[in-house]
Amino acid sequence: MPVTNKDILHWLQRSTQVLHENNAFLTQLDSAIGDADHGSNMDRGFSAVITKISGMQEADIGTLLKTVGTTLVSTVGGASGPLYGTAFLRAGMATAGKQHLEGAEIVAMFEAAVEGIKARGKAQAGEKTMLDAFIPALEAGKQAQLEQVPVTELLQRMAGSAESGMKATIDLLATKGRASYLGERSIGHQDPGATSSWLILQALADTVAS
Amino acid sequence: MAVSIVIVSHSARLAEGVAELAGQMSMDEVTIAVAGGTDDGSIGTSIDKVTAALQKASNPEGTLVLLDLGSAVMVTEMALEMLDPDERQRILLSSAPLVEGAVLAAVEASAGSTLQEVAEAANNGHEMPKGRWS
Repeated sequence: MPVTNKDILHWLQRSTQVLHENNAFLTQLDSAIGDADHGSNMDRGFSAVITKISGMQEADIGTLLKTVGTTLVSTVGGASGPLYGTAFLRAGMATAGKQHLEGAEIVAMFEAAVEGIKARGKAQAGEKTMLDAFIPALEAGKQAQLEQVPVTELLQRMAGSAESGMKATIDLLATKGRASYLGERSIGHQDPGATSSWLILQALADTVAS
Repeated sequence: MAVSIVIVSHSARLAEGVAELAGQMSMDEVTIAVAGGTDDGSIGTSIDKVTAALQKASNPEGTLVLLDLGSAVMVTEMALEMLDPDERQRILLSSAPLVEGAVLAAVEASAGSTLQEVAEAANNGHEMPKGRWS
């Protein structure tokens, strides 16, 4: 069963709800190693997304995702604005005109998003950022696609790998973003960006599974 | 006409303060536009504010952009990508420290220097001594 544009809409709605519920948690993580605004920034950004896409039931997936990207860029405020904004814009370009996505197209969409985050943040794996959730998720997605597993399982595996990657950020030294100003003191804390990345990927897996 | 300066900061008050300081040095001969804080006035950066400041500063001689911290760079880069190529090539991003860079750039711009010269002057801010203790 492919992922439809309705699934994508429901994913965005679920992400908004999950980020709202985790507003305080994300801000708590960010207060340890950042500027204590990640929860409120993501909550504000996705609230704006929901308003923006409310009348877009018939839009194709690319149009939906590009709308998410431009909305996040102009509403999030922190570094997550350009990073998530670029990720969704690139994902939208990779899915332009599509009404549904098969496994290979989902993997291609996330590959475009990850490349966008790397380029925008001039970042790579292991720097205690959202990429430490997204890159393992993408690798898991590629492997699942090689094994030709159903889309629901592919997405579950991606979310699972994002969660492991997120937990692994606890032991990492931050070398990008505000947390890098803390140097060694950033070790021992879970990265808020990797956490919101996992929440969004888990929301997609849960949406398509239900 | 002089090269313009744009100040991008996470804080509206910081951006305005830097502009005030640099403006004093250039005796108001240089357009200094600011993009500080988010749209609702909290700490952060706004692509709409950056775009508006770039438009306000736009002139044939060019614009030097000075920034405070990390995400200001990303937001400014995104704003630049949305401009048409002719406009974009008249804009340079400076990695200079914000206060020193802005003051040096304002002085250089008010002398009628080119964008390249203004950018180089701002870069000298990296080596500006502040005291003997370091």
